[in-house]
Parts: sequence; structure tokens; C-alpha cells
Amino acid sequence: MIGSHYVYWLTFALMMIGLYVVISHGNLIKKLIGLSLFQVAVFLFYISLGKVDGGTAPIITEGTQTYSHPLPHVLILTAIVVGVATLAVGLALVVRLFESYGSLEEDEILQRDISDRDTTDRDGVAS
Amino acid sequence: MTVQLPFVQVLLPLLGAPLCALLRSRVAAWLLFLLAALGSLGCAVLLAQRVATAGTQRYSVGGWTAPVGIEFVIDDFNTPVLLLVSLIAAVVAVFSHRSLAAEVAAKRVPLVYACLCLVLAGMLGIAVTGDAFNAFVFLEIMSLASYALIAMGRRRRALLAAFRYLVVGSVGAVFVLIGIGLAYAVTGTLNMADLAQRLGGLHGNRALYAAVVFVLVGLAVKMAVFPLHAWLPDAYAQAPSAVGVLLSATATKVAIYALLRFAFTVFGATLVFGVMPVGRIGALLAVLAMLIGSAVACFQTDLKYLLAWSSIAQIGYIVAGISLATTAGVSAAYLHVINHAVTKAALFAAAGLLVLRLGSARLDDLAGFGRRMPWTFAAVVVAGLGLVGVPPTAGFVSKWALATALLERGQWPVLAAMLVSSLLALVYVGRIVEVGWFREPSLVTVMNRPPVSMVAAIWFLVLLSVYFGLDATLPSSLADAAAAALLRNGG
Repeated sequence: MIGSHYVYWLTFALMMIGLYVVISHGNLIKKLIGLSLFQVAVFLFYISLGKVDGGTAPIITEGTQTYSHPLPHVLILTAIVVGVATLAVGLALVVRLFESYGSLEEDEILQRDISDRDTTDRDGVAS
Repeated sequence: MTVQLPFVQVLLPLLGAPLCALLRSRVAAWLLFLLAALGSLGCAVLLAQRVATAGTQRYSVGGWTAPVGIEFVIDDFNTPVLLLVSLIAAVVAVFSHRSLAAEVAAKRVPLVYACLCLVLAGMLGIAVTGDAFNAFVFLEIMSLASYALIAMGRRRRALLAAFRYLVVGSVGAVFVLIGIGLAYAVTGTLNMADLAQRLGGLHGNRALYAAVVFVLVGLAVKMAVFPLHAWLPDAYAQAPSAVGVLLSATATKVAIYALLRFAFTVFGATLVFGVMPVGRIGALLAVLAMLIGSAVACFQTDLKYLLAWSSIAQIGYIVAGISLATTAGVSAAYLHVINHAVTKAALFAAAGLLVLRLGSARLDDLAGFGRRMPWTFAAVVVAGLGLVGVPPTAGFVSKWALATALLERGQWPVLAAMLVSSLLALVYVGRIVEVGWFREPSLVTVMNRPPVSMVAAIWFLVLLSVYFGLDATLPSSLADAAAAALLRNGG
């Protein structure tokens, strides 16, 4: 069971590593790295679903009878685009966060946030 | 033309987005968003009529027929969502013109409208699609645009709120993706109707159980069900007011729709609520959400945070209805989705007006606003009573329906939690009244005359919630038809 399905064990292990990085790290960039790892693991999972034993690339050629399933690949092309967009928005936010707080550590950002809530009495003045 | 309506529904806001970004003019972008929202509303009304007369409408995107191609399905279950989302978007469009101008830098306003168009397109897309993977794509269109919108807030904390929502929201979306992948691995199809058919004979398959868990947990993150709610208060309170109105009224509700669609239509109620203990877990989380959400709301010092915590409690009511998995329960949950969306949109809009006029939504800064702005105060009180569930407001109708559904199944503990939560709601609404009416007015005023468009939007929502309380036939019949359609399919 484990032997024939080892790809799933590997992809799910990679997913959990990614998720653990997201949860355990306070650095915003590292969080995004973990998130990307998590997403890529899911992409690998989808792609492995499309593999047919002995199948070649799904392009019709002379003399080939079995092809790998192309649909998961197409799906994951879409999901990769979504992943890239998520990472881009995330990095853009990190840049703006660094510009306004001068830090990439979540706890330092929170601390500065609490201190400026005490000093500025009206919002809109901050930043 | 009418055959293409399901596609036009999504196409209008989707086309609006790049145009808004390209035009670079505030007024033109606003007009485009308004037109897109009104066009969607028109589409939704036409579709609702067609579904009422001719039954379920199926549309194959690009002429590729299901199960190979992507299919849009319009039935009794998603027309209320289409109507609700596009109606709220149209009201937000009216509200946003002055509100965004005051809260967002001028050069960014067209981009905000572009993102608003994308959020609208994503939400409508989730509602119309009949394809599981397509639902994920629209979910991400909606989410990515909303992260960008939240980051537009005035304070720098908005950036942190957006980033945290991005991380949690993306993990949730990837969970949905894993779940859909597992369901695909088991069945080899992504079309929802086809999935439902093939999954019927597969009970007992462990990959299928995992698929159900991943999809439900992923959507629960987007719904902000109790232990997964941490992103919501910051996100809604820090976002620009107009964005807060749109997201608080519709974003979680669309996720609720998607959850119902997957739980009842795709996986089937027998699997999700019969074989798996989703109902019991849902009821437990609902009780916790009602009690903790309302209790925390009582201690907030900012009106927007108070409203956001109250949303978490209100989502608890909806989850309680869903977890019953009966026609009455789902219908009550659906009714509460509609009523709460209208009520909470009115309150967030009123908070937005207060921010504009007093420069803050902190309760300390709102001291005595009721004496200087009696009409805004009246709107807050009427909508606030709707949250508590005092007759004759909309909140009373849906809570009554929910209580009846709970009694039908003998769910006394949940009912008790609901009553306690309603009493706590009385406390936090009472706090707003105390601050707004009984404290000495502060002298700070940023703007003297409220913009007519914003006042009109607030009162439209407030009067709509009162109308739904006095004459509940329209939302009730929509909710009943939706619940009937859902449980007939899922059976």
C-alpha cells in the first residue's frame, strides 16, 4: 500500500512541512515561503494523479496507445497562476509593511502597532 | 441573448475591472462599477424569473457540454445569492462614491473600483458555477481582490490585517483545492452534478472522507466559523468603510453558499451529516461562536470591531441552522444569511458615515453622536435591534425560524446558547446607544453635512431590513425554495 502510493506520502509530507513553516515562523517572508511550499505540494499531488502507467506525454503520435491524463495538468496550470498571484500580492503587502513598520517580524510589527495606538488619539493621523 | 444570461452575470463585473484600472478616472471608474453592479442585478432578476417559470437553467461555457466543459447552473438555490450579492454591490456602489473619496488617496480610487469589480465577479462566479474546480478559481479571484482592498485601509494596521487574511485565506483555499483533488482522484470528474452521481456508490472510501473534511474546513476558514475566525475582525474593521460594507455583507455569505453546495449537492447529506459527524461538530462550533463572538463584541472599544465580532456570532446562528441538515434548518439559515447581510451592511455603512463625519469609529470619539446626528443614530438603533432580534425587524423573523427548526429536532442546548447570545447582543447594542445618546457630545467634527448618497444607501438598507421584518414573504419564499431544491438534490 505504502510502496505503490509513495508519491502521495511524499506530497503530503511536503504539504505538512509547508504548513508548519507558515504556522511556526514569525518572519513574513518565511511565512510566504511556507505558503508557496504548501501550494506546490498540492500541485505535485494533482500532477501525480494524471500519471498513467507506461503512458507518454498526451500528444497524439504514431505508434503510441497510452497517454498520461492531460486534464490534471491543465487544472494545475490554472492553480499555478493563482499561486503566483497570491505570492505577488503577499510580497507587495510585505514591501508595504516593511516601508511603514521597518520590520519583517510579525511580533515586532504588532508591538509597534500597540505603541502607536497609545500615542495617536485619532486614526487617519497614523502612517 | 437570454440564453447567455448566466455568463453575462459574471462577465459584466469581470469586464468592468480592467476598464476601471485603465481609465484612471475616479468618476468613470465609479460609474463603471455602478453600471456593472446594476447590470448584474438586472441579470439576477431576469434569471430568477426564468428559473421560477422554466426551472433550472444550464449553460455550457464556450459550447463545451458538461461533464467535459465548465457548466453554469442556475437553480432555486443560487438565485437568492445572485440577487443578494448584486443588490448589496449596487448599494455599496452608491455609498462608495463619497466614502472612498474621503478615505483613499485619489490616484488609487480607480484601482479600488477595479478590485471591487473583481470581488463582485468572483462572488457571482462562485454562485453560478456548476464545476468544482471553477468554484475554487472564482473563490481565489474574490479572495485575492479582497486582500488588496483591505490593504487600502487608512491605518498601517490594515496592511497587517490584509497579510494575515492572505496567509489564512490561502491556506483555506488550498485546503479546498486538496479536497477537490481527492474527490477528482476518486471519481475522475469535476462537474458537480456528475460528482454527486458517482460519489453516491462510494461511501466507505477513506479518500472521500478526507475530501469532505478538506473542502469543509477550507470553506469554514472563508466563512470565519468560530475557531477559524481570527482574520475577520481586523480585516473588516481596517478595510475602507465601503469595502467593509461589501465584504461583511457578502463575502462570508458566499462561502456559506459554497459550503452548502458542496455539503448537500456534491457530497450529499447522507454522507456528510449521516455517516460523518459534521452536524454535531457544526452545532458545537455554532454554540461557541454565538457565545464567544457576542461576549467579545461587548468589550470592544471601536464600533467597527464591535460589528465584526457580532458577525462572528451571527455566523454561529447560520452554522447552527445548517448543522441540523433539515429543510427547516437550512431554510432558516438561508433566511438569516439574507437578513443578516442587509442588517450588517446597514450598520457598517452607518459606521462608515460616522468615520467620515467624526474622523473615527472609536466609541470614545462617538460620544453623544446621537444628539447631533439623530437620523444616523436612528438607523444604527433600528439595525442594531435587528441584530438582537427584536420584532418587527428582519433579525426576529430569521431567529424565530431558526428557533422553530431547533425545537423540531429537540436541540435545547443550541437554543439556550442562541438566547444567551441574543441577550449579549442587547448588551453591545445597548453600549452603542449609551455612548451615542447618554454621553456628553464631543466637539470634534470633520464634516458637517452628510453626503446624500451615503445617507440614502444607509436608509435603503435599514428600511429593507424593516420591510423584511414586517413582510417576510419574499425572503422566506426564496429561502424555502432554496432549501427544498438543496435537499431534493442531495437527498
